[in-house]
Amino acid sequence: MTQLVIIGIYLGMLLCLGLFSSRLFKGTSKDYMLASHSIGPFLLLMSIFGTTMTAFALVGSSGEAYKEGVGVYGMLASSSGIIHSLCFFLLGIKLWSWGHKHGYTTQIQFFRDRLESDRIGIILFPVLVGLVIPYLLIGVMASGVVISSITEGAFESSFAAYDYGIPPWLGSLVISMVVLIYVFFGGMRGTAWANTFQTIVFMILGVVTFVVISNKLGGLEAASNAVLEKNPSKLMRDVAPSDIERYAKSYKSWELMAKYNYATRIAKTLTLTPDQKAEAYKAFKPRMPNWQTKAESLFAAKNKLYDLTNEETNKALLKQDDRVMPDPFPENWKTELMTHHDLKEYPRKSNAEKEKALLIFAGKIGHPEKDFDPNDPSKGKKWTIKKAIGVYRASNWAPDAPHPMSKLVFLTYFFVPLSVGMFPHLFQHWLTARSAATFKLPVVAHPLFIMIVWVPCVLVGVWATSATLNGIPMFPPHFPANAVLAAMVKKMTSPVLAGFLTAGILAAIMSSLDSQFLCLGTMFTEDIVVHYGGKDRFTDQQVVLMARLFIILIVAITYGFSLLEPRRVFTLGVWCFSGFSSLFPIIFAAVYWKKLTKAGAYAGILVAIGSWLYLFREAGYALKPNYTFLGMMPVATMVVCSAVAMILVSLITKPPSKETMARFYPED
Amino acid sequence: MRYAIYGLVVVLIVLHQDNWLWDDTRLIFGFMPITLLYQAGISIGAAIVWFLATKFAWPHHLEEIAQDSPAQETGESE
Repeated sequence: MTQLVIIGIYLGMLLCLGLFSSRLFKGTSKDYMLASHSIGPFLLLMSIFGTTMTAFALVGSSGEAYKEGVGVYGMLASSSGIIHSLCFFLLGIKLWSWGHKHGYTTQIQFFRDRLESDRIGIILFPVLVGLVIPYLLIGVMASGVVISSITEGAFESSFAAYDYGIPPWLGSLVISMVVLIYVFFGGMRGTAWANTFQTIVFMILGVVTFVVISNKLGGLEAASNAVLEKNPSKLMRDVAPSDIERYAKSYKSWELMAKYNYATRIAKTLTLTPDQKAEAYKAFKPRMPNWQTKAESLFAAKNKLYDLTNEETNKALLKQDDRVMPDPFPENWKTELMTHHDLKEYPRKSNAEKEKALLIFAGKIGHPEKDFDPNDPSKGKKWTIKKAIGVYRASNWAPDAPHPMSKLVFLTYFFVPLSVGMFPHLFQHWLTARSAATFKLPVVAHPLFIMIVWVPCVLVGVWATSATLNGIPMFPPHFPANAVLAAMVKKMTSPVLAGFLTAGILAAIMSSLDSQFLCLGTMFTEDIVVHYGGKDRFTDQQVVLMARLFIILIVAITYGFSLLEPRRVFTLGVWCFSGFSSLFPIIFAAVYWKKLTKAGAYAGILVAIGSWLYLFREAGYALKPNYTFLGMMPVATMVVCSAVAMILVSLITKPPSKETMARFYPED
Repeated sequence: MRYAIYGLVVVLIVLHQDNWLWDDTRLIFGFMPITLLYQAGISIGAAIVWFLATKFAWPHHLEEIAQDSPAQETGESE
């Protein structure tokens, strides 16, 4: 309940800030959308940083480090430090000056002018909105999940299906409403102020959390040495031989369990007697709940109590890992046993783990604050549904295979942060700057800010792989990576700090949501309504009203999508960024290449969309999270294809008029 | 000077690809993985390069262009 109160107070403060900033609102559309170009260096730094750092900054960084090790910093963070500032320096300042000079509010206005094409907006508007909405969804859904997991057990009897905490749909709704209110009233000024406040909050809380957790783990050296001893692969980008050995042993034992379960439950050719079971348990050292089946499987294999054909073994492996069974069965199943790599080619059945966990552990699930046995508190507390699912995964699914980080993927990940060059919400933030000099602080400090947030989070994520609590590993296999930080905070710190950190995570999420909501409202109003309706048809107040109404509509649509629970939305994140990156050559050429033609830009955009759609389909619509194309990140191919198409077509088509060239490049 | 800054950015991108640390698990100062420390150094290097850019390659003329020309209406073409 403490966490809930702290989150409530934090959200209340945010609303007050938004409402206060609205008192400075001048009533004009330019003030609502661009804060009248009044934002200074510090506010610009904080609002740009807050906007580019999403939920991924705190939750994702620690989660990815937990999964992949320290290499994620180089792949995701230091590369962004170089490329983001490069985009601010090369594009931001130039676009700011043209925006200021020609009165732009949106990217599309700039493209229409620079390319002498009205219709470019008709292509770009749906593409940009289509790419921003999944990005918004990530934030809306993540906020609901974070609030739900941190408030587990807050209620005595309500929301039992959500472990007696706030349901994700309610958490998402509250966050959407809070952001909507301060964006609605405060516009860009409210957004910039709220972003600054929230960025300060999540940076400070990130560092505080790091210090508290490292102390609880016995200090910096003890925490890192535990990783070196137990999971050395997490400290590098290759795989340590000891980790390969441990995995091989663990996978073999899992195969035995799969075959034993198949023999006893599906083929029904084996049933252990009570005496055999007792003997099996006696010889086994239990390490985690639900260990009995493992003990029985080892016993049955050792004594050769069953015999399965290759086809039966393949079926057993798929069944044990909750994967979809092919129909018909492949011919080679009769002669070949599938490897772990083959196994992973089959998708997992959706929700199978929840259904089975609820069935198997029905007697153990309950209010997490209540004793399992009121007469004997030593038996521990009741399990949450999440814990039951976690135990089910850890005791049933195949162990994760350790894998090295690909050098080519590491290199081509550089293309992903190029997306900031095409983010429409960032374009709008750039235009809020008071002067070109305002950009100096963001350009220099952005890489440092990334480092301040990411280095502690990456270390915490890596430490989590080997952290123990009372001698027991804190995280079982298959623990959801994005829940690692919240779980560590909850288990290792006080409810007060847990509440503050949750506020920090929500701050990181909301500081991106607000800009995106405002940007979509602005784009709709400026690029569609005012552009096609005519500038003189509406008063300034009407323009602001339309922007506000469209923002409400976008919030409602995004929230509606979040209720559909598209579980793959988190993996859609990188695809969403890749889509923006694939359009980077267009904006770069529009600024620096005078020979860029209207047709060239169309070709680039169409090829970017086409290559994105093709590769997205090849990746199983984001079902294959580690999908690569020619061994590289798919985004590399998209950017190259889009650039080549744009250049070739521009070279053979009519260049822009002299008037347009004079308008943008008067120095020539 | 502008080209020198771009050159430094290219150097940063090359140095970022630290293949030589791929299988190195050393802990520096007893707790900091060498890969992480090196990449944090790249972040600091990036900040230094961008600081140099603001000092020696800043496009001051853009400031003047924007100030000389008050916001005009957006053009509509085609």
